[in-house]
Amino acid sequence: MSATLQQGQSRQTVECLLAGMVAILDMSGALYFRDSQMLILADMHLEKATSGARRGLFLPPYDSKVTLDLLTRTAAKYEPTRIVFLGDSFHDTHAPSRLTDDSHTVLQSLASKSELTWITGNHDPEIPSTIAATCVSELSFDSLHFTHIPQRSVQAPQISGHLHPVATVQGRGRTLRRRCFASDGTRMILPAFGAFTGGLNIKDKAFDGLFAPKQLIAHVIGDQGIYSLPVVAANR
Amino acid sequence: MLPEPFQQWFARKGWQPRAHQLELLAKAHLGHSALLIAPTGAGKTLAGFLPSLVSLSQRPRHKPGTKPRGVQTLYISPLKALAVDIERNLAKPVAEMGLPITIETRTGDTPVHKRQRQKLVPPDILLTTPEQLALLLSSKDAALFFEDLKFVILDELHSLITSKRGHLLALDLARLHRLCPELQSIGLSATVANPLELRQWLVPQDGTNTVAELVTVADGAAPIIAILPTLERIPWAGHSARYAMGEIYQEITRHETTLLFVNTRSQAEFLFQELWKINDRSIPIALHHGSLDASQRRKVEQAMANDSLRAVVATSTLDMGIDWGNVDLVIHVGAPKGASRLAQRIGRANHRLDEPSKAFLVPANRFEVLECQAAINANYVRGQDTPALGVGALDVLAQHVLGMACAEPFDENELYSEVISALPYHALPRETFQKIIEFVATGGYALKVYDRYARIKKTIDGKWRIANPLFAKQYRLNVGTIVEAPVLNVRMVREGRGTKGHGGPLLGKVEESFLEMLSVGDTFLFSGKVLRFEGIRENECYVSNAQSKDPKIPAYAGGKFPLSTYLAQSVREILSDKQLWHQLPDQVCDWLEFQDQHSMLPPADRMLVETFPEGERYYMAAYPFEGRLAHQTLGMLLTRRLERAGAQPLGFVASDYSICVWGLRDMGRMIKSGALSLSALFDEDMLGDDLDAWLNESWMMKRSFRNCALISGLIEKRHPGKEKSGRQVTVSADLIYDVLRAHEPNHILLQAAYADAATGLLDIQRLGDMLARINGRITHMPLPQISPLAIPIMLDIGKERVGGSAEEDILRELADSIDAQRRLP
Repeated sequence: MSATLQQGQSRQTVECLLAGMVAILDMSGALYFRDSQMLILADMHLEKATSGARRGLFLPPYDSKVTLDLLTRTAAKYEPTRIVFLGDSFHDTHAPSRLTDDSHTVLQSLASKSELTWITGNHDPEIPSTIAATCVSELSFDSLHFTHIPQRSVQAPQISGHLHPVATVQGRGRTLRRRCFASDGTRMILPAFGAFTGGLNIKDKAFDGLFAPKQLIAHVIGDQGIYSLPVVAANR
Repeated sequence: MLPEPFQQWFARKGWQPRAHQLELLAKAHLGHSALLIAPTGAGKTLAGFLPSLVSLSQRPRHKPGTKPRGVQTLYISPLKALAVDIERNLAKPVAEMGLPITIETRTGDTPVHKRQRQKLVPPDILLTTPEQLALLLSSKDAALFFEDLKFVILDELHSLITSKRGHLLALDLARLHRLCPELQSIGLSATVANPLELRQWLVPQDGTNTVAELVTVADGAAPIIAILPTLERIPWAGHSARYAMGEIYQEITRHETTLLFVNTRSQAEFLFQELWKINDRSIPIALHHGSLDASQRRKVEQAMANDSLRAVVATSTLDMGIDWGNVDLVIHVGAPKGASRLAQRIGRANHRLDEPSKAFLVPANRFEVLECQAAINANYVRGQDTPALGVGALDVLAQHVLGMACAEPFDENELYSEVISALPYHALPRETFQKIIEFVATGGYALKVYDRYARIKKTIDGKWRIANPLFAKQYRLNVGTIVEAPVLNVRMVREGRGTKGHGGPLLGKVEESFLEMLSVGDTFLFSGKVLRFEGIRENECYVSNAQSKDPKIPAYAGGKFPLSTYLAQSVREILSDKQLWHQLPDQVCDWLEFQDQHSMLPPADRMLVETFPEGERYYMAAYPFEGRLAHQTLGMLLTRRLERAGAQPLGFVASDYSICVWGLRDMGRMIKSGALSLSALFDEDMLGDDLDAWLNESWMMKRSFRNCALISGLIEKRHPGKEKSGRQVTVSADLIYDVLRAHEPNHILLQAAYADAATGLLDIQRLGDMLARINGRITHMPLPQISPLAIPIMLDIGKERVGGSAEEDILRELADSIDAQRRLP
């Protein structure tokens, strides 16, 4: 084994064009539109850890805290007027009732600074009104379409989540697997924002037909920065 | 002593019962437990079963209409195949003596109806594996099932007990001894470094220092072992031994049957392929390793038993006592890494004790020549370097505690006494045991969110009881301590058919991480074939036959043993003493002679450190000979310290023998001027803060944690075929590790992972011993250029896999190269 200790230039954020608008991709996994001051994130899966308790799986019950702390830091960085959650914010319909008081306080604090827009997902088809003042199944804003599950039928530029994209990267005889933003310049699928969320390889057939193959870029999230890499021919 | 039918049987065969067989029988007759240490081919199996067969032959006839009798003898083997083999070998004498004894196996392959029937009408002798024993003991009728048990026979004990599997078996044995206080254990083992440990292991450690009786068989004729003579040039570095293929092939053609051992599955695939390339006489050569489909392996084993093969290329899956035909030569390709391992492998040749086995070692590079010679010398002095037993793992204990709750409600004090009667857990503190119970109940977190969902609950009578039958089912699915990297089945299809349609035969399993790297049309080497990758569907990888000169070879996690301390010591002695060089090939002597002229030979009792410039960088090479794992840990710690000392290190590379660090400043000059102190650099205090700081980020810790999380039941094992929804839903152990470390750094499972890493992947123990050994004994040689001894490790730079912090570099390099391409006109 060998290792190299080098620091490169900062790649903390990446700017890219999405349907003609400048989108800032943040290392946290969130996306920020500077012009409209909107912060977008997907798939927090809050209280995923505690969801297995009934089946005797006792994961460390701290994932909501970790996820919401990251959200608080990210929101403080951009000071958005609006935060859009692209669904699966809660891991199951009972998850909101398992949130700790501290987590509720964090959500209230966020709501006092930004307008929170909750899009529902397959894991959280409904969100209690105590948490979500606004709760929609999809949203259109400017020319953009926001949904939880990416829709092949919609031609308009869209931003979605659900699939938890990860990319595998090879180099020096190794394969790395990292979360990524997947985009072809018209569509964007955000990585899962939650602390305990797994991922699906963007070469998986679930991604078939969602992107213009030759334009697809994986903006891969490393430990120190984001790396934009074209995705070569899929595995099939 | 030996009843009539047995005496007649021996007489009919023209055999004499061997002394050790009668000795063991006599000891067992007195009610003792016993350990039999014997080399391969000594009639170990029959000796082990003789007490039980004699006892069974003398019991009164079973009265029809009364309750069926329970299992009288339990036989535990590490391999399913071995249990099946023993059934065959045992059934024959039993039938020939006309004894009314029933013998059956119970493994993961046993059909459900047969298992159910075994519960109602048990055989007299049950042959099984440690995992199946754990399952039997966790069932509600365990006490009844083992009511009549008199003997437990533990085969290949030396290979079982040093692993987590052995820890689980020790706990289960403790339970068996509690259920049947008169139980006699009989351990069968190859020669080991410390027989006393095994003797303690076999009987309950109740504080009275009891040990099992010992029966040993003298080793047979000393094996004839030599380094395969070669006219070719032995390379500086690398692990393929490609240079020796022609000479290896020649030896195969000169012998009846040859067993070729290698250390890893990748090497097995490579060697097999290379041999067939030059196999112009088409002699039957087969391949056998653990990733191949079981049916393929059985075929090879059968062909081997029928003497229809001339050679088999194999990994450690063939190490153990399965009976083979007439092997008259063992060739070990690559360094053996340990003297005992080599002895056991060579024992595979020639199953007759009185004839010497014959073996060749084929070193893949020049350092391996030294290591092979050290192993040969060790064999002549019968040196043993089997690893020490180790302290019982806590994740295994957690699994066991849940299993015991499935069997019956337990009193924690009683269970604690039982657990500490197992040797690996003898020193387990009561508080730690309590923490494990809490972990099993509710995950053991400071935040009490799981109390109402507890898996086990303490009831009014003070006993812990399983809360829901669902958890018992879960336990049964997750039982065992063997954690494999995620793998996919490899299945043949016709070329170009992609993942559509029906597949052909299964070839075996390959790690998912390797298959993910492939694109359709890529070729790789597996199961001795060049295969074309056709795609992945669910948990299967589809492949077709292909032609390619340069197929990839899957890399497998594990299987790389570090150089044993014993051999390391011996290699240092050979290096430093020219008197011993006459054993070595001339080209290796020349190399060492050059080293003596241009630098110096590493002294046996000191550590040599060389510094030299090369290109635009400055290098520091050290020669501790403590094995790759300890060197990797050392490398990480050294670079941290060099960084603080201002030496601007850029990276390091570690092998089994040496370690090399490079950087931007001249470390040789820094040492001379006093800016850098070697004794401070290699001080034992590096195992303090530096280690802790680095450890937390280390991928090795994460891997250890993942294993602990799976074994302890914190996360569920992936079950092939039941994972269609993909990895989106599973929580990765790495994420759990990070969160747990941040929020509950003293969690019991982190302690378990740390203990594992310290003895396993990081080898901290060995590093600590080494630092103590070289304290005040470091010799520095500042050199104007690279030394002969440093050439092998310098050649490894850039070839070895990177780990840890360098992962970010992979991403950065790739992104930079794409940026650069974009800027091109």
